[in-house]
Amino acid sequence: MSHTTLLVFELTILVLAIFVGFEVISKVPTLLHTPLMSGTNAIHGIVVVGAMVVLGSPHKDAFSWVVGILAVVLGSANVVGGFVVTDRMLEMFKKREPPKAADAQSDGKSAE
Amino acid sequence: MSTNLANFLYLIPIVAFILALRFLSNPGHARRGNQIGALGMLVAIVVTWIKTGGTSWWAIAVGMLIGGSSGAVAARRVKMTAMPQMVALFNGVGGGAAALIALAELHKILPDPGRPKLDIGTAIALSGLIGAISFSGSMVAFAKLQELIQGRPITYPGQQFGNLALLAACVGLGVTLIAGVQDEWLLWAVIGGAAVFGVLFVLPIGGADMPVVISLLNAFTGLAVAVGGFELENNVLIVSGMLVGASGTLLTMLMGRAMNRSIANVLFGAFGQVSPQAAAATTDGGTVRSASAEDVAVMLAYAHKVIFVPGYGLAVAQAQHDVRQLADLLEEKGVEVSYAIHPVAGRMPGHMNVLLAEANVPYTQLKEMDEANPEFSRTDVAVIVGANDVVNPDARNNQGSPIYGMPILNVDSAGAVVVLKRSMNPGFAGIENPLFYNPKTVMLFGDAKDSITKLIADVKNV
Repeated sequence: MSHTTLLVFELTILVLAIFVGFEVISKVPTLLHTPLMSGTNAIHGIVVVGAMVVLGSPHKDAFSWVVGILAVVLGSANVVGGFVVTDRMLEMFKKREPPKAADAQSDGKSAE
Repeated sequence: MSTNLANFLYLIPIVAFILALRFLSNPGHARRGNQIGALGMLVAIVVTWIKTGGTSWWAIAVGMLIGGSSGAVAARRVKMTAMPQMVALFNGVGGGAAALIALAELHKILPDPGRPKLDIGTAIALSGLIGAISFSGSMVAFAKLQELIQGRPITYPGQQFGNLALLAACVGLGVTLIAGVQDEWLLWAVIGGAAVFGVLFVLPIGGADMPVVISLLNAFTGLAVAVGGFELENNVLIVSGMLVGASGTLLTMLMGRAMNRSIANVLFGAFGQVSPQAAAATTDGGTVRSASAEDVAVMLAYAHKVIFVPGYGLAVAQAQHDVRQLADLLEEKGVEVSYAIHPVAGRMPGHMNVLLAEANVPYTQLKEMDEANPEFSRTDVAVIVGANDVVNPDARNNQGSPIYGMPILNVDSAGAVVVLKRSMNPGFAGIENPLFYNPKTVMLFGDAKDSITKLIADVKNV
């Protein structure tokens, strides 16, 4: 594939990604906007793939080593931190508690 | 592994990320979606690992171990109340990584004779620029939220002009680089300048406008990553980065709309400076009535319907668990309880929802503004916990007010209003709130957590 063909192809998927993004995200309720932020934060952690490519390319000088390792460190902190935080948040969102029963019990105890 | 095969396998993470976002439309299976996203990320990393064919594998492994473990520890330890700063921090490191990749790529291609191809050069300059702004801007946002520096807008004369000139200079240097001046220092200058710009750009933005800034920086990082995909000719970076870019842009617009202010006004308005005219508005010399916890407890216990209105003060006082306890107690007495949540309450989009979810409040009790507003007229008591501007009737009535036109929660149509507040200091934006002088309103002064604890004790005794 020639370089220009590749570029046009890349631009095409970029534009499609914009529309897919808007489409999917406009369906996220405000209730989940914080997990949405941290979830997308985790997704842009994909930058770690770019950092791996840089560090994994042959013929590096000292500069490329340092920058590459630093980028991998930052990128993987982004990925792991992002997904873990999002998981913690989403774990907390619960429906109407298996209600009253549990509540009444615990409150019953404290009252007696 | 060939590039074609790698790109083909990258379809797996791409689909996984889209599904992860798709699953977020329902709180019931949002968590599964996030796990699918994480799996997709794992596939992307493994594919890339194989593709690089083991070159410098140990360096990659060490970097990932350091980054991954520090990310995991930070993410496990952070308190839910500190979530906005955490999100800002992860956002910043992503942007920083994108800028570093730009540096490394330019370094790699520059020794070759001939200039970098136009599109690659553009991608390098852009991802360096945007990534650096996102990195330093997020760090300032982090420092503001963590209260390492003051949350109020920091302004000085000529600020906007200076910022604009700096940004223009960075863009100019970037263009020079793209035009074929072969000098790595140009990119250093672009990145350095952009980093300074990021700092100066976030400094004058007040804490109450943080939801907009954080969403915008999120969009920036996504964009920097997508552009990075062009320089590395990597599909998965382009798609994932742009998904995030779209998400951040959409959230930024939603936040702007929720405040009825243009994004430009939020970013450049240095909103939140105390303006004396506004402070003098419409209080009409009314008086403030302060009440004791016992009085309020009686009001609450004999109400049919109570709505809590949380704001940033709830997060500061970490009173979410106590509010939930009070709500449970009231429900036991047959009071109908719900929570009204303004879209920009707190320091990031959806901030209050996460805090209350942490305290095990079922999300069915959390009402959005449009849903909550018609309810207030049927409500006996509205309890404001640490919110101010989002319940300020001046936004409806007083054209002179800086927040005029912002949609608010109409708590003043409830039978009675109880405001939990530390003191009579005006809120973050320094704007007087006539709600406090409304004859329907009583103030319960003190730390929100202490006040709620007292209320719990007193409601038990009613």
